[in-house]
Amino acid sequence: MSHVFLYALAGVGLFTLGLYALIVHTHLLRNILAINVMGSGVFLVLVALAGRTPGASPDPVPHAMVITGIVVAISATALALALMLRVRAETGRARLPEEQLE
Amino acid sequence: MRAADHSWLSLASRWVLLLLLSALAVGLGYAVLCLSSQAPGLGERVAENIETSGVSNPVTAVLLNFRGYDTLLEMGVLLVALLGVWSLGSIPEQCESPPPGPVLNMLPRLLVPVLILVAGYLLWVGAYAPGGAFQAGSVLGAAGVLLLLAGWCPDVRLVGLPLRIVLAAGLGMFFTVGMVLILVGRQLLEYPPALAGTLILLIEAAATLSIGITLAALFLGGRPDKERLRRRFSH
Repeated sequence: MSHVFLYALAGVGLFTLGLYALIVHTHLLRNILAINVMGSGVFLVLVALAGRTPGASPDPVPHAMVITGIVVAISATALALALMLRVRAETGRARLPEEQLE
Repeated sequence: MRAADHSWLSLASRWVLLLLLSALAVGLGYAVLCLSSQAPGLGERVAENIETSGVSNPVTAVLLNFRGYDTLLEMGVLLVALLGVWSLGSIPEQCESPPPGPVLNMLPRLLVPVLILVAGYLLWVGAYAPGGAFQAGSVLGAAGVLLLLAGWCPDVRLVGLPLRIVLAAGLGMFFTVGMVLILVGRQLLEYPPALAGTLILLIEAAATLSIGITLAALFLGGRPDKERLRRRFSH
């Protein structure tokens, strides 16, 4: 059963890595990618923890939740990318205004 | 660019940030490790009721039957995201990518029929094995993205009402089935066990088509405008 926790800890690691990139970078594309990495970490934790059942087959409810989550993440990413392109078209740079001051 | 990207954080504050995030990671990791290594979850309850769900794959049963309400709203999220992208403006006038080379020209001709077949297979197999509407829909979406990358122009007659009907079909079918069930005296999306399999397949078929076309439409990056489509693909 320890491999379940190995995957779950890898998910925690991905989440933290994504959070670091989200804070450090100011380019919007990198921020969108960072949020996606964070989301993947959360999905990995959910799927890994679903494998803690005594039988052979994992718990189907978290799996269904992750499928739902992936679709929501895809649509949010697409909307974020469209917003980023709009910001670039308006200001010429893919950064938020308050981060262009220096 | 790289230096500018980091310049707003001094070296000292980055070390503080690293320290804080390490503490967060350790805390989250500790919380995960504190969970018991054996948890029955809801798998047993799903297995007890799987007979009445109309499908034998537990994930599909949860998605389309036991928690069908989630999936109904999720189709709504997909549609709202597309509306959000469309509300930002029409598709860009010029295509920024270079014209497709010989490989990209040839690949969709070979791959798209296979992808459509795979999508149909995934849709059907979802009833009793891993697969289902979302997997099939994303394969269909990938086929659409491949076609758009290869410079394929959607028929301008199709981008008006027909496109919108297909986009709304998944949510519409889900909603219609739910409403009809309410009218015959059941709860929203409480399928009668005898019909559940058919209803799920019906909803999934419409959802697959909608998801695939929505993903491809999201890739276009804007509202497909007839005039702009003509100009963009005129070369």
